Amino acid sequence: MAEIVLNNLAHSYLPNPESEQEFALRELTHRWKQGGAYALLGPSGCGKSTLLNIISGLLQPSQGQVLFDGNEVNELSPKERNIAQVFQFPVVYGGMTVFDNLAFPLRNIKAPKAQIKQKVQEVAELMELTDVLKKKANNLSADQKQKISMARGLVREDVSAILFDEPLTVIDPHLKWKLRRKLKQIHEQLNITMLYVTHDQLEAATFADEIAVMYQGKIVQFGTPQSLFEKPNHTFVGYFIGSPGMNFIPVSWEQGECRFGNQTVTLTEQQEAALNATPSTNLKIGIRPEFVQLATSQERIEHSLQAECIHIEDYGTYSLATLMLDEHKIIMRVEEGERIAIGHVSIHFPNESLKLYIDEYLAGEVVSE
Amino acid sequence: MNKTPNNKAWWLVLPVFLLVAFSALIPLMTVVNYSVQDIFDQNTAYFVGIEWYQEILQDERLRESLFRQFGFSFAVLAIEIPLGIFVALTMPKQGWQASVSLILLALPLLIPWNVVGTIWQVFARGDIGLFGWGLNSLGVDYNYTANSVDAWLTVLLMDVWHWTSLVALLCYSGLRAIPEAYYQAAQIDRASSWSIFRYIQMPKLKGVLVIAVLLRFMDSFMIYTEPFVLTGGGPGSSTTFLSQTLAQMAIGQFDLGPAAAFSLIYFLIVLLLSWLFFTTITHMDKDKS
Amino acid sequence: MSIIREKGSKRKALGLIAYMVFVLLPIYWLLNMSFKTNEEILSGLTLWPNDFTFDNYITIFTDASWYMGYVNSMTYVAMNMVITLLVALPAAYAFSRYKFVGDKHLFFWLLSNRMAPPAVFLLPFFQLYSSVGLFDTHLAVALAHCLFSIPLAVWILEGFMSGVPREIDETAYIDGYSFSRFFITIFIPMIRSGIGVTAFFSFMFSWVELLLARTLTSVEAKPISAIMTRTVGATGIDWGVLAAAGVLTIIPGVLVIWFVRNHVAKGFALGRV
Repeated sequence: MAEIVLNNLAHSYLPNPESEQEFALRELTHRWKQGGAYALLGPSGCGKSTLLNIISGLLQPSQGQVLFDGNEVNELSPKERNIAQVFQFPVVYGGMTVFDNLAFPLRNIKAPKAQIKQKVQEVAELMELTDVLKKKANNLSADQKQKISMARGLVREDVSAILFDEPLTVIDPHLKWKLRRKLKQIHEQLNITMLYVTHDQLEAATFADEIAVMYQGKIVQFGTPQSLFEKPNHTFVGYFIGSPGMNFIPVSWEQGECRFGNQTVTLTEQQEAALNATPSTNLKIGIRPEFVQLATSQERIEHSLQAECIHIEDYGTYSLATLMLDEHKIIMRVEEGERIAIGHVSIHFPNESLKLYIDEYLAGEVVSE
Repeated sequence: MNKTPNNKAWWLVLPVFLLVAFSALIPLMTVVNYSVQDIFDQNTAYFVGIEWYQEILQDERLRESLFRQFGFSFAVLAIEIPLGIFVALTMPKQGWQASVSLILLALPLLIPWNVVGTIWQVFARGDIGLFGWGLNSLGVDYNYTANSVDAWLTVLLMDVWHWTSLVALLCYSGLRAIPEAYYQAAQIDRASSWSIFRYIQMPKLKGVLVIAVLLRFMDSFMIYTEPFVLTGGGPGSSTTFLSQTLAQMAIGQFDLGPAAAFSLIYFLIVLLLSWLFFTTITHMDKDKS
Repeated sequence: MSIIREKGSKRKALGLIAYMVFVLLPIYWLLNMSFKTNEEILSGLTLWPNDFTFDNYITIFTDASWYMGYVNSMTYVAMNMVITLLVALPAAYAFSRYKFVGDKHLFFWLLSNRMAPPAVFLLPFFQLYSSVGLFDTHLAVALAHCLFSIPLAVWILEGFMSGVPREIDETAYIDGYSFSRFFITIFIPMIRSGIGVTAFFSFMFSWVELLLARTLTSVEAKPISAIMTRTVGATGIDWGVLAAAGVLTIIPGVLVIWFVRNHVAKGFALGRV
């Protein structure tokens, strides 16, 4: 069990990387607390697996340090780091029985027989593998094999951390949900640091207390699922988290007015201050479809924007409306009971939900700790 | 993959069938025909039934060369299979080093068999050959043309040189088919390199090893050209293997009947052993699963 | 890359290098001798030719009875490759896609031909090819070698073809392709590397074989390897020329393996791993 700290870590698969693009992992510093359940979330190719393999010791970083409980482990093998890892695709030792598969990591550390037996039984029960223990691992389905791979990761109790690399990719959807719950339970029982790589936000949110969102080799935001939703730190997080993702509209800042097309939007003081301070012209405003409102009350009408509703999709308890705001397409979530029709519509962006992004990063937020 | 039953597919295999049948069945029939006749010349032959078969089963010379043959094939397998696995395990996985080692390994396989014999004939000579000269100057009394043990060992060494590459290349391609994730998982599970070999590499190698053992057994059991060029079967008859004994009988002494009878038995031995080996291996696989 | 496996890789590399030296030494010796004069070869051991000479090669390239041997060998090897591919491709397709009466037996019978000891089948071969008037032609040798190369070719190609999903065939038929057009314009390009590997193997078997080639030829189609053995017997031993001739038989193999080097690993698994 250990606290894992990454210090100025970067990695490139090329021997002499020249530009930033050649790094699979750009310089990052991060701390995973002992006993936490974390998810690493991001699209494929963002460097999640690279990061995981560096932590487990399968890969040596090009620069920076990996610290376990304050000690540098860069030079240590996975064995010496005492890490368990579950891979995306099932790895089973085909010639062995399921029991031998689960016992393999324990036998390799020369655990006493009785303990092996007990531990294997326990994990097998947890993963519902008890009735196939005597079978050859080769002849099982992909589901079962992946359960074996996962069980092998869980069988050692004394590990520093357990890393999961998209472990549920090959698993049936209904089983996925069950296994996710299982992992959560196991985490609560064992108090081991767990790191879970996935590209599925739902999976990340159900498993983890805190999620690190990765994009182009960087951790762009780290926080609770709620904070990722409410305050995306980066346009990518806004777009990647939530379904559908956040609406973004490029804007200009001229003479104290935030404009796009013919429309102006009202910003908070902090946001205006941030805009005054930056020379950048890469400015965007962002709002989640859930927070777009119809301009009904007097106050809303004063700050309303004029849009054209071009499409409505009904999802039962709510609908999603596609609006044209000038030439920008935005999505609005309309709850049951609210009325919207194709044609002209007045909408309103509440100040507390309207976010400003300068160079793709969140700016002008009220600092509250 | 489910195959569809379709007897018209015979039209597609017909050319292969005809070509192979032409070169295989007619000579085979001829040999069967020889084996039951006593042939004096092109026009005079008597039907003798199974007499030749009875005779050759008691022939001391054939029995001896059969034993020599088994001994040789066994030695070939005992050296080449482990050595081939070892070479495959040590070969680089990628990059120019991999290409270079592949090409070097494949080299002996592409040399005509009698040239292989010639190469070793020269290489192992005490006067003009590096190998023989080297051994002699190290104080080893070595002369493959006079000493039968030396001769036998030289033929064996030549076969190892010639054919270990085949085993190594087969194993190498088997190893290449193991996904990197297996090695990673093994590292995470703290497997020793022996465990990695035993539980990851060996199971994947089984398929190609069956092919390797079969090919090496068959070919070493029929070895003819290389020892013929290298030692001519001598000194004495120490390196006269089965094929050569038979060729001497058939062509040298024109004892066609017994030679044909024995070569059929020989064919059956190879066929039977290959079949036995093949089915045991595949059955072992099924039992486990 | 990975940390554990880098340790001990030095020892591994040493083992491999030792084996490679073992492979190369005899070839180096042959090469070395081919550039020496006979006097130097016989007078003592030199690791490098003192008196470097091309005479041995010149002898071979100026004497038609020598160099025609190469031409003959190349001719029947090429014929064998073409025949093998032409008949093995459709057969392998049949084995990989269809079930038909006797398919398993046929397959095993094809392979069993490799198990026949050639020594005693020589005479019947000789009689057979003489009686159909093919004796001492390149075609005779090419056809005889088909006995070994076709079964192997069918086996390798079948492995590669089984890796191509059937849906491809079905889609093509739905799109109105005839079998032959589909096979030539779609299917064959998809198993290119399999064809390369098959050609390589049939080259290999045909090029290295001597017994059948020697038996079925006398003058017109005599292979280089047979010419070599004859020369050794007749003129005493001309070591230099013998070595040069040997070196020249290695070169085609080196060229061929160079072209298929990237497919070798897959090829030796016979398309089956």
